[in-house]
Amino acid sequence: MNERVRKLREQTINTKPYITPERAILITEFHKSDVASQLSTPVRRALAFKHLLEKKKICIDKGELIVGERGPAPKAVPTYPEICCHSLEDLEILDVRKKTPFTVDKETKRIYKENIIPFWKSRSIRETMFSKMSGEWKAAYEAGVFTEFLEQRAPGHTVLDNKIYSKGLVDFKKDIMESMQSLDFLNDPKAYEKMEELKAMEIAVDALIFYAERHADKARELQRKEKNKERRKELEKIVDVCSHVPAHAPRDFWEALQYYWFVHLGVITELNPWDAFNPGRLDQHLYPFYKKGLDNGSLTKEKAKELLELFWIKFNNQPAPPKVGVTAEESNTYNDFALVNTGGVKADGSDGVNELSYLILDVIEEMRIPQPSSMVQISKKSPDSFLKRALRIIKTGFGQPSVFNTDEIIQELLRQGKSIEDARNGGSSGCVETGAFGKESYILTGYFNLAKVLEITLNNGVDPRTGERIGLETGDPVEFSSFEELFDAFQRQLNYFVDVKIKGNNIIERLYAEHLPAPFLSLLMDDCILKGKDYNDGGARYNTNYIQGVGLGTITDSLAALKYQVFDKKQVKLRELLKALKADFQGYENLRQRLLNRTPKYGNDDEYADNIMKTIFEVYFDAIDGRPNTKGGNYRINFLPTTVHIYFGKVVGATPDGRKASEPVSEGVSPVQGADRKGPTAVIKSVSKMDHVRTGGTLLNQKFAPELLADDEGLDRLAHLIRTYFKLDGHHIQFNVVNAETLRDAQKHPEKYGDLLVRVAGYSDYFVNLGVELQNEIIKRTEHKSF
Amino acid sequence: MLAPELMYRTRRCIDCGECVKNCPKEAISYAAKKVSINRKYCNLCGRCSQKCPTEALAIIGKEMSVREVVKEIDKDLIFYEESEGGVTFSGGEPLLQLDFLDALLKECEERNICTAVDTCGYASHKAIDKISDKVHLFLYDIKTMDEKIHKKYTGVSNKPILENFRRLAENGNNILVRFPIIPGINDSEHNIAKTAEFVLSLGIKNISLLPYHRAGSEKYKGLSRAYRLKKIQSPSDQNLRLIKEKLENFGLRAKIGGG
Repeated sequence: MNERVRKLREQTINTKPYITPERAILITEFHKSDVASQLSTPVRRALAFKHLLEKKKICIDKGELIVGERGPAPKAVPTYPEICCHSLEDLEILDVRKKTPFTVDKETKRIYKENIIPFWKSRSIRETMFSKMSGEWKAAYEAGVFTEFLEQRAPGHTVLDNKIYSKGLVDFKKDIMESMQSLDFLNDPKAYEKMEELKAMEIAVDALIFYAERHADKARELQRKEKNKERRKELEKIVDVCSHVPAHAPRDFWEALQYYWFVHLGVITELNPWDAFNPGRLDQHLYPFYKKGLDNGSLTKEKAKELLELFWIKFNNQPAPPKVGVTAEESNTYNDFALVNTGGVKADGSDGVNELSYLILDVIEEMRIPQPSSMVQISKKSPDSFLKRALRIIKTGFGQPSVFNTDEIIQELLRQGKSIEDARNGGSSGCVETGAFGKESYILTGYFNLAKVLEITLNNGVDPRTGERIGLETGDPVEFSSFEELFDAFQRQLNYFVDVKIKGNNIIERLYAEHLPAPFLSLLMDDCILKGKDYNDGGARYNTNYIQGVGLGTITDSLAALKYQVFDKKQVKLRELLKALKADFQGYENLRQRLLNRTPKYGNDDEYADNIMKTIFEVYFDAIDGRPNTKGGNYRINFLPTTVHIYFGKVVGATPDGRKASEPVSEGVSPVQGADRKGPTAVIKSVSKMDHVRTGGTLLNQKFAPELLADDEGLDRLAHLIRTYFKLDGHHIQFNVVNAETLRDAQKHPEKYGDLLVRVAGYSDYFVNLGVELQNEIIKRTEHKSF
Repeated sequence: MLAPELMYRTRRCIDCGECVKNCPKEAISYAAKKVSINRKYCNLCGRCSQKCPTEALAIIGKEMSVREVVKEIDKDLIFYEESEGGVTFSGGEPLLQLDFLDALLKECEERNICTAVDTCGYASHKAIDKISDKVHLFLYDIKTMDEKIHKKYTGVSNKPILENFRRLAENGNNILVRFPIIPGINDSEHNIAKTAEFVLSLGIKNISLLPYHRAGSEKYKGLSRAYRLKKIQSPSDQNLRLIKEKLENFGLRAKIGGG
């Protein structure tokens, strides 16, 4: 990297995230104003957006070429009190907590106390939401049966397609006008609502164009003061770029990146949507600009790389908005999950890998920063050289890029009813979630704690932690005469809690639709303009909701243990086992060891355990898949944990697989940590017995010692392993390439390992930033010695 | 020689005493936090290992039919197809079970699975001839060219081994020589030269250097056997590289490690 990039990279790595009250002040100011009370909701939101972009501080730092920050400066993190209004106590916790802290200065606390909290306390969507949830919902939520994604962050979970690279926002405005003109006020009872939504989009378009012009103005001002001739030229170019995009279609590589970046900032300023925003298939979108630039001599490979690296730094400057409570537990990271896709196939089905795909991999390797996340899509048409180039980066132990199966992703999307073009233009975002980019709202609504459901089943509907009955009375398990009876009780509990969750979701979804539309995000997503409907109200072409299953390995091994030890082999009486669980295996170490070592386990290509996994999958699938949401779409399932497996583990007592109380449950579709003892081929066989195609994404974590990948043969073997997993329709695989010793040392001497990045679950993070439980778990994940 | 054995792994033992309680032959005793097995009395009934919660006690080795082994092989077929890899028969010494090995090789042949046999080469030439045409690759140990040293450390002459090697080479078999580097025993200049000359004279080019290690000493302990090369250290990386260079100077393609 060159000197400019090096300096800005250092700045983004060394600057500590802090809270800026800027957005909170502006949004409060607007909502308090007289004008706000007179308007329809979408128009009010659009004007609030406009107010933010008109008033917020413009930042252009020394040496920058790609410009724009969400806050007044890099790593200054705004808050979104209309969604979640932090209390003074929350701010205090954010300031002092050990993991993912945000500095909060006295002035910010004062502003919160005097202006923000008094206004938003009873108005935030979080307050409203909790007040509308049923007793059953609250009981299950508090017990840790499921989490709720939308209590602190807005729906988002989406990715942009290629539309901005051939259209300026003024062209979007034309589309909006056309849609307005086609409204039928005679026959369409929703015409007024649609009109208001479209007006809101129009306001949002102008707001972003104005925001870009403010950057041009700022650059002009800096240029006047600038003494360095070269920098003056650069600032002149910035003026030119920001005057052209986003209003008009980009003319070159630089403008394409800057255009996306303004759009990105717009989306994450309007609201705090999950997974921020994401350019998606970056190598596909930028390739025409890259090629044109090289052909006409206006761009060099080095310049393109520099611009990409500066673009990378922009992502890293925006930590995820501060989370508190359960949401902080389930997603305990600064990473905001923008996942850049490379590779895959084109809309016509041909191989999508191009020179830019390789250049992006060079950028990933050189930058080694957690954001944006990166991945490679590997289809059967992708050249081995591309996969191996990615593996060479993975083996350096930085946890990126992760590897996805394009052919399987396309099958998933087709099964869900997407067109073949939309499927091929899609990919994965967030951690591992599948989506039709630019056309789909695919909302994660919450994690679902499969192990907790079993615990409640084994206690006849009672949560043993509190003694409260929060589930169904499915019978005293001691009375069950067969495994089938027990499993049936588990299934009924599971269906019950899924129902409770979906009932809650249906309310929360309407709250966002009615109170917090997102007109700016909407205009970017097909077919919101066409339908005159907001993204949060079903405007997107496809509207999918997910409930993410967590602890598949733990629940499989637990049920396998019950079936094998209690019902088949009759080695232990259920009464005895329940006593042992209650005692957290104190005084039952023999039994615990038998459960750990002498019981079939998922992840070993063992039919006994794997068949149970398949049955659980079917039950979970049947409980959720195909159910309607309130936006004209359907529920689907997926399996990913972010960091929630730590939290879910904390609320579940000892489990029949030999896991002690409070230990993490398994993550993604990976086997229980350390239970896979037959090597990676057996793991892959077990995991691919699940029908990944009927999910919207699964996460498989594997850890390898770096020496395994030291030479080309090692890389070849890993490539074969991945190709085989993908042939078996596996969705995703990621690798932690570090040895346990290194990690233990990092735990002891965090000061020495500030730059040690590891793959957590669908994203990378600095090891020293992780909680000690998560650190321990990463150490424990089976270290495969040979394959 | 080819029977299951009872293995005891101290580190896994949690001192629960289940094995002592369940041994019908009273062959297991427990004193001073240590399990000891009187192998004279043990008849390998396996009751102790069945009751052992941690698999500290385990019956190592099990009898399997050809069909059972083939079922295991089939599990990994998809990986072989992708990597163009296959099955390696090793051991112990697979040629000790010649008919069984032959039957498995036939099964693999029918399935178009690539096969390798990892052998010390100490077998009758009839045995070698029987399987040679069904094997795609021999991983063939040549420990030392010196018959005396060979006899001293392995108990047998190396003559049949070198003779079998010649037969395979002349038959046109694909051979990868495996040369265990055991410091002070077979790493002399002289032995390296002799080995290279012998191998090259038969037109074989590929050789792997397998550095001596003591990973097996734990297993020996678990089987109550004496481990007799305790004092020998693994060769240094530098020495390995030197030997590799020497072999390459003779015209061999040498590689460190077995992978």
